[in-house]
Amino acid sequence: MLDPVPAAERTPILEMRGISKSFGAVKALSDVSFTVREGEIHALVGENGAGKSTLMKVLSGVYPHGSYEGSILYDGVERNFRNINDTEALGIIIIHQELALIPLMSIAENIFLANAPSRFGVIDRSAVHERTKALLAKVGLSREAPDQLITNLGVGKQQLVEIAKALSKDVRLLILDEPTASLNETDSAALLELLKEFRRQGITSILISHKLNEISEVADRITVLRDGRTVDTMDCHAGVIEEDEIIRKMVDRDLESRYPKREPKIGEVIFEVENWCVDHPQHVGRRVVKNVSMSVRAGEVVGISGLMGAGRTEFAMSVFGRSWGRNITGTVRMHGKDVDVSNVNRAIDAGLAYVTEDRKHLGLILAEDIRKNISLANLPGVSRRNVIDDISEMKVAQEFRARMRIRSHNVYQETGKLSGGNQQKVVLSKWLFTNPDLLILDEPTRGIDVGAKYEIYSIINELADAGKAVVVISSEMPELIGICDRIMVMHEGEFVGEVAGEGATQENIMRAIMRRKGREE
Amino acid sequence: MSTPETTAPAVRQSAAAFLKDNLRDYGMLLSLVVIVLFFQFATGGILLKPLNLTNIILQNSYIVIMALGMLMIIVAGHIDLSVGSVAGFVGAVAAMMMVQYNFDFVTASIVCLIIGGVIGAVQGYFVAYFKIPSFIVTLAGMLVFRGFMIAVLSGRSIGPFDPTFQKLSSGFIPEFFSSEGGLYITSMILGLALALLLVWQNIRSRARRQSHGVESEPFGFFVGKNILVLAAIGYIAYLISSHRGMPNVLIIMALLVAGYGFFTNRTIIGRQIYAVGGNIRAAELSGIKTARLTFFTFVNMGVLAALGGLVVAARLNSATPKAGAGFELDVIAACFIGGASAYGGVGKVTGAVIGAFLMGVMNNGMSILGIGIDYQQVIKGLVLLGAVCVDVYNQRR
Repeated sequence: MLDPVPAAERTPILEMRGISKSFGAVKALSDVSFTVREGEIHALVGENGAGKSTLMKVLSGVYPHGSYEGSILYDGVERNFRNINDTEALGIIIIHQELALIPLMSIAENIFLANAPSRFGVIDRSAVHERTKALLAKVGLSREAPDQLITNLGVGKQQLVEIAKALSKDVRLLILDEPTASLNETDSAALLELLKEFRRQGITSILISHKLNEISEVADRITVLRDGRTVDTMDCHAGVIEEDEIIRKMVDRDLESRYPKREPKIGEVIFEVENWCVDHPQHVGRRVVKNVSMSVRAGEVVGISGLMGAGRTEFAMSVFGRSWGRNITGTVRMHGKDVDVSNVNRAIDAGLAYVTEDRKHLGLILAEDIRKNISLANLPGVSRRNVIDDISEMKVAQEFRARMRIRSHNVYQETGKLSGGNQQKVVLSKWLFTNPDLLILDEPTRGIDVGAKYEIYSIINELADAGKAVVVISSEMPELIGICDRIMVMHEGEFVGEVAGEGATQENIMRAIMRRKGREE
Repeated sequence: MSTPETTAPAVRQSAAAFLKDNLRDYGMLLSLVVIVLFFQFATGGILLKPLNLTNIILQNSYIVIMALGMLMIIVAGHIDLSVGSVAGFVGAVAAMMMVQYNFDFVTASIVCLIIGGVIGAVQGYFVAYFKIPSFIVTLAGMLVFRGFMIAVLSGRSIGPFDPTFQKLSSGFIPEFFSSEGGLYITSMILGLALALLLVWQNIRSRARRQSHGVESEPFGFFVGKNILVLAAIGYIAYLISSHRGMPNVLIIMALLVAGYGFFTNRTIIGRQIYAVGGNIRAAELSGIKTARLTFFTFVNMGVLAALGGLVVAARLNSATPKAGAGFELDVIAACFIGGASAYGGVGKVTGAVIGAFLMGVMNNGMSILGIGIDYQQVIKGLVLLGAVCVDVYNQRR
């Protein structure tokens, strides 16, 4: 339902005029204008490095007044924010992509970290408890106890706790930086519903996202940034906006389709796993993966779909050298022969590679350069008699940099300073350099822009065409449908369905999950 | 697959721009030079007198030796507070074996190095496999081995040692030609040979890199750097040779520095240790045996701490209950001043050596100037803090 007042007539809550910001010689923003109207959901889109996050950091005071050019009007008054406290006092709250919660503190402690209700300096515990309960109810987390520790919550729920925390500060303008990047479909849908609810209550939101389907679902207006400039602001109520039109504006080029075409050439069975069982490493007796069996053929791309917590990552990591869980049982066969995958080295030797979903914490050494990250899992490949040959190491890095189109000054650039898409390409390069027969890609396009996604899909296709077996774990169903030959559906640690890539729809994947859910209840 | 582009041509840079990019590598060396020049001036030329320079080397040899081990521990993301106690304990065992039980110094030294390795292994076991923070394990080790040392010595000093053992610290390499005119020719030749070897190495590696089109260092900078290396090492060799020649311990130190430099920079295990400190979980998922490597760095540290203990005992010509006290702080400070990161994953052997000598020159210079031990401590503390601040600032740029 739309607000009765036409969007165009609502007053702007925020006007950013002629914003420019440089880092050294690099111009991150040049003359950006950005206007947000009171009570709307305004989507901000653009490729990685287009300047979205920088613009939001200027707005929220992370980059203080004076470090940029241009002016910011909030409620019609020109503001010179010095820090994030200034903006929070006015109800501008930003929720970053990397969540800022303290894992070993409770939900309530996190929400009221800085502004706990207190009497004479002593925290009023019952007030905190009550108010937390109320806030959790608002964000749809009424089933969680306020004294639950953050570390026990999934990422989706943590995201909601962040929003509850924003609500506790009387938010008027809520900025969400890729809130659904690590959420599955259900959690994403819940979050978007929440945004709509906020709109009804008059809270303005700025939504940064790469997921265009979500944006077209909730946004009132869309602003596209490209190379640090405003390309266009589109009104979603003035007519239907095609996703392709948005993409065109973002990348300034036509993408034939979002998923590159491939003629599958499927060969022999390469990888088989049978009766795979894994227990949770801490919670004794909790079985997370239950009797899972699957096989992948040469040239085949198999997807694993499922809700968050279905056990997909746990399954993949436990197969890859028992990197997760305990009491692991079951057999793994490569090319028809049983193989030992009891530690990571043996798994690599057996021809397995696992590209993690968490590239920053599990994939890369952020302080090291591209070259050293690429060679890490196969140092003997660039060494003679245990001595690293720096020239051949560098040549390997340069080759992958060219082949994967890693955008950087050179191979000596720190990986911590690359964009998400380029980081992902470095992690992929590392695993391709081990020359695996089976590649398991866990959320390979999480948090990366449309252009880079397309490149990753192309790489996946090339790998399959080269006769590798590929497994893709993803929470984005359209992605799996777009690139996979077969999709396994996982739910509560079990495979509950298998859908052929052709003819797969989001509906029949969800149906497989729901059918199982219905049986449980 | 798309064909790889031709490798990027070497980027032409001006010497100034290159220096700016590599500030981290050259900054430490530059500060050492500045501090040497400052004290040389302030002490009216005493600092670089042949006798004093030789003393600086002798006084700091054990710090440098232990800093090599500490650097690897810090790079792996840990810390070892026990090195001073271990060095003292090993010195006491050496004294007991050689003075009280008349073992020859070779046997005794080998036994002592093994003891050091075992101590390192025990501590490393707790850190690597029991996952107990190294700060706690080695704090315990610091107390335990300090106690053992006093027990072995029964609170007294044991000495003197056999003169051959003393030569480890206070001996000089033999002179094969002549030392007439006060110049030890063998030492001079050795020094110059070392300098030329370094320059030759540099030229060779530059040629190799150029033939692959990957050299980015400007030619002028390269020439200037090598002339400086030649001049500095030649001058130091000349100074040392005009006293009593090269100390034995300098040879040991030089071999160890070269060996560990190569090990950390060029070998697979060396690289993997950096990976463990840089991101232990990513390293593990890349097939690196993180626990085993952590264990190894502690064993290695134990052996080097034992060697340091032997050098100290030989230098003092006795094992005393005070020996080794506070070494750990000097050794750790040397690594951090030399650019190692307290978060692990970053640090260089050359940095740690420069850090150790930076502290050594300051100690020596301030003593010559008559600054009391009280203010020496204050100044050293501030230099440590300052060096790390500069490093952090440079990182953020």
